[in-house]
Amino acid sequence: MARRAWLYPAVAAGGFRRYATYGTATAAGVFTNTVFGFILAYTYIALWDERPGLGGYDQAQALTFVWVSQSLLAAGALIGGGFQEEMQERIRTGDIAVDLYRPADLQMWWLAADLGRAGFQLLGRGVVPLLAGALAFELALPVDPVRWLLFLVSVLLALVVSFGIRYLLGLAAFWLMDGTGINLMAVVVTIFCSGMLLPLTVFPGGFGEIVRVLPWAAMIQVPLDVLMGVHFGAGGAVRALGFQAGWAFVLLGTGRLLQSAATRKVVVQGG
Amino acid sequence: MAEAVVAAARRPGELADVPPRNRTVEGLRGYGLIVAMWVRSTMTYRTSFLLSTFGNAAITLLDFVAIWIMFSHVDVLGGFALPEIALLYGSASASLGLADLLLGNTDRIGVRIRDGSLDTMLVRPVPVLAQVAADRFALRRVGRIAQGLAVLVWAVSELDVDWTAGKVWLMPVMVVAGAAIFGAVMVAGAAFQFVAGDAAEVQNSFTYGGNTMLQYPPTVFGKDLLRGVTFVVPLAFVNWLPALYVLGRPDPLGLPGWVAFLSPLVAVVVFVPASLVWRAGLRSYRSTGS
Repeated sequence: MARRAWLYPAVAAGGFRRYATYGTATAAGVFTNTVFGFILAYTYIALWDERPGLGGYDQAQALTFVWVSQSLLAAGALIGGGFQEEMQERIRTGDIAVDLYRPADLQMWWLAADLGRAGFQLLGRGVVPLLAGALAFELALPVDPVRWLLFLVSVLLALVVSFGIRYLLGLAAFWLMDGTGINLMAVVVTIFCSGMLLPLTVFPGGFGEIVRVLPWAAMIQVPLDVLMGVHFGAGGAVRALGFQAGWAFVLLGTGRLLQSAATRKVVVQGG
Repeated sequence: MAEAVVAAARRPGELADVPPRNRTVEGLRGYGLIVAMWVRSTMTYRTSFLLSTFGNAAITLLDFVAIWIMFSHVDVLGGFALPEIALLYGSASASLGLADLLLGNTDRIGVRIRDGSLDTMLVRPVPVLAQVAADRFALRRVGRIAQGLAVLVWAVSELDVDWTAGKVWLMPVMVVAGAAIFGAVMVAGAAFQFVAGDAAEVQNSFTYGGNTMLQYPPTVFGKDLLRGVTFVVPLAFVNWLPALYVLGRPDPLGLPGWVAFLSPLVAVVVFVPASLVWRAGLRSYRSTGS
């Protein structure tokens, strides 16, 4: 049992180190997130110049939305780059049988590795674009350390929700064999419903109300609102974190059910 | 070492049954064969192919939906109305889609340099650039082209433009020359990876990032950025300058109207440094060792 307690932190550390070796790719990613941040920031300025206060944000808050979401994209693997392609490949080739044979839980194993990866990318690809944005534009970043702490908890929950969805995609390979199509569809939904494209509070009418309660809202929209202290009211941080935790619980639970159905399907070929 | 292997593979005696071909023809033929192979392999999982083609169109359509949502709150953005922005959006999207279909996977070269599999390409009797461009050819990318063209057609039907022969001529030329400019950026980006290692994302910031920028009117952006994408990496010639001419709007940098017709020339001109950089990159390649 004592050894078990060390297992998942060790797996997470491995995930962190693995991505830390891709120095050039990380630098290239920082460059990309910064370039996109600038392009989006200019379009947001044009939009908020026309409609000040749109979506409940002033211009500085809207720009904060742009730059913080650029910092979170890689960590949440929102536009690809997570573990699920690798997991699908292991399912397709049959290597998954080796994973199932290990004295570790499949879901917890991948979660630990993915959180390790996300931890590295939060530091490696998150900090610099945000600094660049804060230097070039006037942002609405809080000075209250408690708010930053709440934001970090919210980011952690965002990562778990993101993992929960991608684990379902990974498992889908047991039935689909090739994950390319479903991964792409998932990216489409994520881009649209997370707040990456535009803050979800800008989405009109009933449609906006629906996207704001879907799990994807937990990935960008909610952490940003927690950071800036808007849209959830005074004691609202708890409600916001509760929303994320609820989805994390549901998604991990569904993953667990699907996993037991999937592993019953596994046929190990001799060779 | 790698060059010696290539030279050995090309010794006339060994390839006696293959008639000598010009390198361009050889490259195109090799490109076609590799493309056909990847198309066949994609079709093995037909559901996945259909989903991903649809997904590819949908993913790019979302940018337009974002613009459309913006216009549910405003009438103009940077002084441009929705159909005018649709013209910019559709042309940029179609150009990038075309370049992405034909050359898009050149960014995978970083991975191939890292894992050493580029070496196998060096020993095949097909130009490396043709192989790299056709590597994992993704037919699903026609999704983006179709979607871009659809928005472009909608824009043209909505716009109140006084069509002259010059403006009609600019429409297809803008899409094709734009694709060529994006293509040159992709080749230069691939060459950069010989130096930098796995830096596919740098290339993406110029192609996908450039595309996102070109979907919005130039009036939205700062003058310095505009100068950069006009005179340094000439993305403004992909669609901004021709589209401003079609819409009868002045260029924010004050360039004369006739520059709108320079896109094909610019495309040819940018391919020269891109191909030189590519050759220099390939010559500098020394494999990863073992």
